[in-house]
Amino acid sequence: MPNTIPSDSVGIVTPQCIHFNEELSLRSGNVLSGFELMIETYGELNADKSNAILICHALSGDHHAAGYHDEEDAKPGWWDSCIGPGKPIDTNLFFVVSLNNLGGCAGSTGPASINPETGKYYGPDFPVVTVRDWVKSQVMLMDHLGITQWAAVVGGSLGGMQVLRWAISFPERLRHAVCIAAAPKLSAQNIAFNEVARHSIVNDPNFHEGRYLEAGTYPKQGLMLARMVGHITYLSDNAMREKFGRTISDLDSSGSNFGRDLRTGTLSFGFNVDFQVESYLHYQGERFSENFDANTYLLMTKALDYFDPSVDYEGDFSAAFKNANCKFLLMSFTTDWRFPPERSREIVNDLLKAGKEVTYLEIEADQGHDAFLLPIPRYVNALSAYLKRVHTEGSADAS
Amino acid sequence: MRPDLEIIQQWIQPGSRVLDLGCGDGSLLHYLNTSKSVTSIGLEIDEGNIEQCITNGVNVIEQNMDEGLGNFQPDSFDTVLLAQTLQALSNPHILINEMLRVGKYGIVTFPNFGNWKSRLYLAFRGRMPVSKFMPNEWYDTPNIHFCTVKDFDALCRENNIKILTRTVVDSQHQGNWAMKAWPNFLGEIAIYHITRD
Repeated sequence: MPNTIPSDSVGIVTPQCIHFNEELSLRSGNVLSGFELMIETYGELNADKSNAILICHALSGDHHAAGYHDEEDAKPGWWDSCIGPGKPIDTNLFFVVSLNNLGGCAGSTGPASINPETGKYYGPDFPVVTVRDWVKSQVMLMDHLGITQWAAVVGGSLGGMQVLRWAISFPERLRHAVCIAAAPKLSAQNIAFNEVARHSIVNDPNFHEGRYLEAGTYPKQGLMLARMVGHITYLSDNAMREKFGRTISDLDSSGSNFGRDLRTGTLSFGFNVDFQVESYLHYQGERFSENFDANTYLLMTKALDYFDPSVDYEGDFSAAFKNANCKFLLMSFTTDWRFPPERSREIVNDLLKAGKEVTYLEIEADQGHDAFLLPIPRYVNALSAYLKRVHTEGSADAS
Repeated sequence: MRPDLEIIQQWIQPGSRVLDLGCGDGSLLHYLNTSKSVTSIGLEIDEGNIEQCITNGVNVIEQNMDEGLGNFQPDSFDTVLLAQTLQALSNPHILINEMLRVGKYGIVTFPNFGNWKSRLYLAFRGRMPVSKFMPNEWYDTPNIHFCTVKDFDALCRENNIKILTRTVVDSQHQGNWAMKAWPNFLGEIAIYHITRD
């Protein structure tokens, strides 16, 4: 627990569960007769409801984007570095809405929820949802909150893809789209990594064809491996060296061990964990496997793989963006090899081709894809300056 | 506002689309956005300038012009600006042609190396001119392609570029009848309004 909650934190926050009785037709053709979304909100909605910002989460994120759940909470929400009073997504200016997406495992309806029709866990019966479906459910959430237009929709990685979908499908319902470290669609390499993750999950003996919860177990090894592979793609080579290549061990005083810190100082000459990076990945994988639902992981990676807003426009992204009505901010990070700057530039160029107003920054950062979650000064300052503009324009329109 | 920008803005039509190459802190585009309701985008590579553009509410893209304007569609802008940046480009001739592919009109401003001060400096001191206006030493300067008014006239001629207006001013950005008569000798800053012939 933080001894005292920092003054620039949103403080103690309480999630809300919102129930929707309306049907939601999914892209797959399936229909959900009703569903629940877990959300958190920070800041105050203004009188004309013009200061709302929607936060879209990435693969393993959820509604808990900022603040603490209670005094005992060891860590704040996943984007606490950017959301709070005086922070770039300034809760003194904006009403911030963050949700756990449909199919998630942090309280919104998903594979780990009970299917009301059977009284059992949905498990593998939960329909595959797409980014388009998520955005449709987010529109329902918006209506529920009485908001007609977001001041901005903001997200990184898979969250950034939701931002693009918003701009394309609901052009009148947002003024600004902030899309960070994203891609117009996945590359074959991206899909390949996702498939390794899925393969390891579904082939875990404890997977039970997705009905592991009924069997009272979960595919721990598969989920661990999935996360380990994922984690490698989130970090850059440099970031790993920085984390695991600091000490020069006795074994190799020449320093050629650079980037490969030993765990105990000696080699085991066996197939155990010798290097720090190995134990780090094991730790990350293990922690993740205990907190995340395997079916949700399968579903989220599929949503990533399926994302391609150009499918309705014969592969032409600029045509997809033609009807967008918002202004765009895009940012990428130099060492991100999951969604590298070239991918963001593809989006920028298609937006330019469509005649849209775009701002684009390529942030020098060593941390790879993970950089979008970190308080990198240039990135944070740019986001802050942009959202100040969003706020100023918003209040100018209102007056 | 920088006085050369004062002259430039007279050539921008209200409500038009403007691309500013090397837009600096975005002050010109901010002015054009608010006073002429233009739709604009600036290109810039300096981090501090980019942040200032965002603060000014100016759309800015981090892009190195030396890599070309290939990501911009033909005729997607009414006017493309290149203010005090020509001399820092690797391939000025390519970019000038690119400007007029992307936009109907181009506006180019640059320090005139044919100015009498530069000529005298070189003639009497025998060294590359350094002044308050062009303060860098030859070995440490972003300005790698200085040219004169006559040189730029020739470049336009060779590339079938029509000069709509050519103005020269001094470093206080004042013009007079003598500068009109001997632009390459008296002008310190050259300002061109160009289009494809």
